[in-house]
Amino acid sequence: MDFVAQHPVLVVSLVKVVILLFLLLTTLAYLTWFERKVVAHIQSRWGPYYVGAHGLLQPLADGVKFLFKEDVTPPGADKFVYVLAPFLALSLALTTLALIPFGPPNVQVLGQSTLIVANVDIGLMFVFAITAMGVYGVALAGWSSNSKYPLLGGLRSSAQMISYEVSLTLSVVGVVLIAGTLNFNEMIAGQSGYYRHVLPRWNIFPQFIGFLCYFVSAIAETNRVPFDLPEAETELVAGFHTEYSSFKFAMFFMAEYANMITVACLATILFLGGWLSPFPESWTFLQYLPAVGLLALALYLAYDTIVLARGIARIQLTVITLGALVIGLACLHPVVMAVIQGPFWFLLKVGFIMFVYVWMRGTLPRFRYDQLMAFGWKFLLPVSLANLVATAFVKILPLLVNHG
Amino acid sequence: MLILAREPIHSALSLVLVMSALAVLYLLLGAEFIAAVQIIVYAGAIMVLFVFVIMLLNAGIEERTDYSKVAKYAGLPLGMFLLLELAHWMAHSIIGRTIANGSEAANTAASTRELSAQLFQKYLFPFEATSILILIAILGALVLAKKEE
Repeated sequence: MDFVAQHPVLVVSLVKVVILLFLLLTTLAYLTWFERKVVAHIQSRWGPYYVGAHGLLQPLADGVKFLFKEDVTPPGADKFVYVLAPFLALSLALTTLALIPFGPPNVQVLGQSTLIVANVDIGLMFVFAITAMGVYGVALAGWSSNSKYPLLGGLRSSAQMISYEVSLTLSVVGVVLIAGTLNFNEMIAGQSGYYRHVLPRWNIFPQFIGFLCYFVSAIAETNRVPFDLPEAETELVAGFHTEYSSFKFAMFFMAEYANMITVACLATILFLGGWLSPFPESWTFLQYLPAVGLLALALYLAYDTIVLARGIARIQLTVITLGALVIGLACLHPVVMAVIQGPFWFLLKVGFIMFVYVWMRGTLPRFRYDQLMAFGWKFLLPVSLANLVATAFVKILPLLVNHG
Repeated sequence: MLILAREPIHSALSLVLVMSALAVLYLLLGAEFIAAVQIIVYAGAIMVLFVFVIMLLNAGIEERTDYSKVAKYAGLPLGMFLLLELAHWMAHSIIGRTIANGSEAANTAASTRELSAQLFQKYLFPFEATSILILIAILGALVLAKKEE
């Protein structure tokens, strides 16, 4: 205990990293379940249903499958780079999530704020730096497979990523101009308050065009539909990860979902007000919302268990119902209720953006590659620049008027 | 490893590592913004283009010409000796002493705010000149890459 008292930063950071990693990897796995279910329902079918109750053990089955598949290395592949590429992709994708604030900085243990792993003063720049390095994973994977389709897919994918990175960073500069800082916590603090007591002062309202540019660039950056030509099955077999099997393929898969989560978290922090609630602080009855939501979920699951399910699904559903009940009741405790407000709203907003991502996957056709690149350079980049210039102009207008 | 690797891709990846190490050095000196920009610009864009070129040109394994025995055994020690002598001479010159003691401007705080104040007020002309230089480079590349009509 003396060690803990003398090194609070180290101990708290280690615990935060372990918890975050555990939660993150579980979320990645269940994000695949979420996507498959939502796309299935959009396509009038059910999605994973048999593996666990409502298909909830499907990610586990997929993980076991990936671990036990034969690990094939293509002949003539450069072994060092072949193994390095998925590691690079996954580790970089997971690193950005250390900079994201999940809640207000005043929730503290031993004097260290617990809801953000690393409160860096230039948080936004570091996130973009790590995203810029993510291109290597894709390019090196395509090259080191020693095969035509991965090479082409890898080059196309990395060219797409670096093209849309430009408009991604430019569309965010408007927000930086409004906030005046690159620190995430201060940016969110600047979004508190209301316009005329009605509209929350989130950055999406002055920067709507910036938000649209950011969102479209983010979808292209993470190689998702409608910009997923480099990994489409009908076009390039499977793009840059054709020659990868078993766990290395799983790492690419996880890296893509981790990139999606990062981009969604950034969108909430920059444009949607982060962990701030959209309702006024004075409506304290809304503090019961997490508890009410979880208890409603437990009620629905109880109905499912008792009325609908049969066999082993009943046992699994009972376990999940009890879990939801316990967490829901825990949210009624005052300390837990105060702590969970920030993360609740943050996760709600991130979940909404992920839903839009998956919704688009189920609905939209994909761009052709030249249409994709033309869109990025000839439309998104000028629009982001115009947004930046307009924001700067509006920001400096009072100074010009006063001096002129 | 940068100069000794047989595959050019390994050299390029070692260069990425060097750029990242430079960024970490900047971090240790307290210049966080420059560290992030170093990674974004050098490691994240310029080196990606290097890697593209190497991948597209499919440069093979480097040939080793073991013709000169003197170069093989005496080359490295003599090179190190030259380097040490140059370093000694430079450190004791005027330039070396100034760098060791640090100049006033370089030692002030390097936060983003102060950096941008310096860049856009005191060093505005070099900034604009550099951007025109880069524009000229882009124009040159466009002219070279244009198809003949």
